[in-house]
Amino acid sequence: MAITHATSDVPEVDPLVPTGAPGELLPGYASGPDSFGFWGMLGLITTEALLFSSLIASYFYLRFRAGPHHWPPAGIAPPELTLPLIMTAILWSSSIPVHLADHAIRRGSQRGLRLGLLGGFLLGATFLGLQLIVEYPKTLDLFTPRTNAYGSLFFTLTGFHGFHVLVGLAISVFVQIRAWQGAFDRHRHLMVRNFAMYWHFVDAVWALILCTVYLSPRL
Amino acid sequence: MATVHDATSSSSPSLEEMWGEPQGLGSWLSTVDHKRIGMKYLVTAMVFLVAGGVESLIMRAQLAQPNLHLISPEVYNQLFTMHGVTMMFLFATPVLSGFGNYLVPLMIGARDMAFPRLNAFGYWVFLASGIFLYSAFLTGHVPDAGWFNYVPLSGPRFAPGINIDFYALGLIFVAISTTAGAINFIVTILKMRAPGMSINRIPIFVWGELAMSFSIVFALPTLTVACVLLELERKFGFHFFDAGHGGDPLLWQHLFWIFGHPEVYIIILPALGMVSALIPTFTGRRMVGYIWIVIAEMATALIGFGVWTHHMFTTGLPQVAISFVALSSFFIAIPSGVQIFAWIATLIAGRPRLKTPMLFVLGFLLVFVIGGLSGVMFAAVPFDQQVHDSYFVIAHFHYVMVGGLLFPLFGALYYWLPKMTGRMMGEGLGKWSFWTMFAGFNVCFFPMHVMGILGQPRRTYTYQAGLGWTGPNLISTIGAFLLGLGIALTFWNWVWSRWHGAPAGNDPWGGDTLEWATTSPPPEYNFETIPTVASLEPTWDQPNLRDGAQPPEAGGRPLLGGHLTLSTSLLDGTPRAVVFMPHATLAPVIASLGLLVGFWGVVFGAWLLAGVGATVFAGGMIDWFWPRHQTQET
Repeated sequence: MAITHATSDVPEVDPLVPTGAPGELLPGYASGPDSFGFWGMLGLITTEALLFSSLIASYFYLRFRAGPHHWPPAGIAPPELTLPLIMTAILWSSSIPVHLADHAIRRGSQRGLRLGLLGGFLLGATFLGLQLIVEYPKTLDLFTPRTNAYGSLFFTLTGFHGFHVLVGLAISVFVQIRAWQGAFDRHRHLMVRNFAMYWHFVDAVWALILCTVYLSPRL
Repeated sequence: MATVHDATSSSSPSLEEMWGEPQGLGSWLSTVDHKRIGMKYLVTAMVFLVAGGVESLIMRAQLAQPNLHLISPEVYNQLFTMHGVTMMFLFATPVLSGFGNYLVPLMIGARDMAFPRLNAFGYWVFLASGIFLYSAFLTGHVPDAGWFNYVPLSGPRFAPGINIDFYALGLIFVAISTTAGAINFIVTILKMRAPGMSINRIPIFVWGELAMSFSIVFALPTLTVACVLLELERKFGFHFFDAGHGGDPLLWQHLFWIFGHPEVYIIILPALGMVSALIPTFTGRRMVGYIWIVIAEMATALIGFGVWTHHMFTTGLPQVAISFVALSSFFIAIPSGVQIFAWIATLIAGRPRLKTPMLFVLGFLLVFVIGGLSGVMFAAVPFDQQVHDSYFVIAHFHYVMVGGLLFPLFGALYYWLPKMTGRMMGEGLGKWSFWTMFAGFNVCFFPMHVMGILGQPRRTYTYQAGLGWTGPNLISTIGAFLLGLGIALTFWNWVWSRWHGAPAGNDPWGGDTLEWATTSPPPEYNFETIPTVASLEPTWDQPNLRDGAQPPEAGGRPLLGGHLTLSTSLLDGTPRAVVFMPHATLAPVIASLGLLVGFWGVVFGAWLLAGVGATVFAGGMIDWFWPRHQTQET
């Protein structure tokens, strides 16, 4: 008989599968470091981290080429900090419900999972909304990506990060649909853990963006 | 519901039923079998080798005599650009992914790659990006600023058409494929090795693929960023490289070479791994200094990240930076030297058999050493400033690339094609091919050292008579065609062996790694039982492996409970879990098609078309991640 994992009928215990070696039974499902997906997500995060590093390196390269007294260039004030700091608070707090969701499903709590995912989604969407609807229009009144290299870098770095938030939100929608279908339980939640890893990564990268784009010009 | 199942009961399906894929032509679209994907990579990459080769032959014909006008200067620019882009991104890296895809799971005793559908996706994206780049020929707007595409020549002011957009978007496109493949290799090699294959029993070729994959994950994003910035500057008027608006053209060179130099090692490391796989088999002796070779490979991959500015010695960088990079450029010769001495020691200590694969290895040794020595010459800054951007660079570069990649690769073809097709390649024809290639290569590229020292700049469309360049150029052109002929002989041999080759049997060469412990070609499930490995040369030390499946009493694991493979621990290879693998699916090919349409939409500024492409891509992704059958994901 084959082992079935019909999504409506998930066994509540970890299935054990014989390998054929005498008496050997191994888990038929793994999440975390015994699964391939965990390492695949780490690989993706590594290569994404290098993408952001290259962008930030480009920022500082052009900044140092511009010389000490030309950043931001004449005519552009250093970035306003109030709104970015509020956005930061919102984005970073979005990691908390995602973390709670991740741990809720390890205890088997479907409700905690769904609420946590939803909370993370709403906070992330608020961050992205503030960036697109409030911050960008305000900034575009001062300078645009076409004004000079400073403007290009500002919008490329923050936009690239915003795009990652958008991808994270899309993945979140997918995971939430699966969560409402009851696809996850105490043992089967690879997708939740991998999504959480990605989400925390996107939040962590924001720390670098914040320091580079918003804080460093005021130094 | 019962959670434990009797693997030996007669009601459980056979391996054929569980691993068999649909047959017929359509199944080549949906297959997730690493062997068929590897074969597709291999054949497609060879098609691009022919394309890049034909481009170079046209250039050599144009340069055979002074003042020729076979093609226009514009076409010449397009040819040398596409030659470089094709050879680096559409031939060298994918062909190694092809060999890796086919061989890595077999060599580590696994039943597939870690992510079979990502594997299929990687192939289709590679093919789609190749089609995308070559579709530039249909529009008449072929990239023409060289494979390293320096700004401002490639910027919006001096390259207003869409030529360079094909370059920038095409490289972003192909980077998706390469990255996907690299992550897949890393997880496969770290997590899927047969029980007992601890980290000090990994075959050297597999180490090479691992080093290549790590280099890709760390280096390629920089190229992607460079291309994204360039495309933003070209299409949307951003400023990164435009000095008039606070940008700096040197930023492009830094980003490009931070990727570009490791790229050389990305290509060479697995090829050196191939050499290390062939030498023990054809000398009948264990590799001397296994651990030193592995350390050398890793050191090469690391130091490769510290030498990028040696491509920029003539740009007026600060003296300190130049000194640092010059030093690490000298250093990088050391690990290569370690490997070369280990190979020579193995050759001396063993009894070399001069079969065709071994001839290619010997040819490699000679050519690669010459290429390495001229590389050390470049690390000397004053010499570099003298021959910078001359034909001397082309000579060095091809000695390293053709020597370091093409010769090992062709040796590997003769060595492993019998495993893949079940038939031997012709030995006589193989030797003819080798000698033609070896002679053609040296006749073509050795004179370029002379041309470079005589001052002939690279990328020249034509030249005046009476500069002393005429003779070497003619000789070089003759050599190029001879090299082409030698390559064609091997291709003919490949086709010929398909029908007329002698049956190979499981192990025609007496090899020492696990791929020889199964049939040629291997069944869909690779091994009837996943073996337990007890040494670095398992098929030499464990005679029961050669007789077919290792029985469960001896450690073999049949894994009959489903479409299963084994997850093992990172360092010592103890079994940790069984993993359900996905079945054949069309999702990867659909998603890649969406990407192709999307990239076309962007290059022509047809945003509706781009939207259609993105939608198709998203559909493919949803189909991909929607769990069905018994896959691991959820």
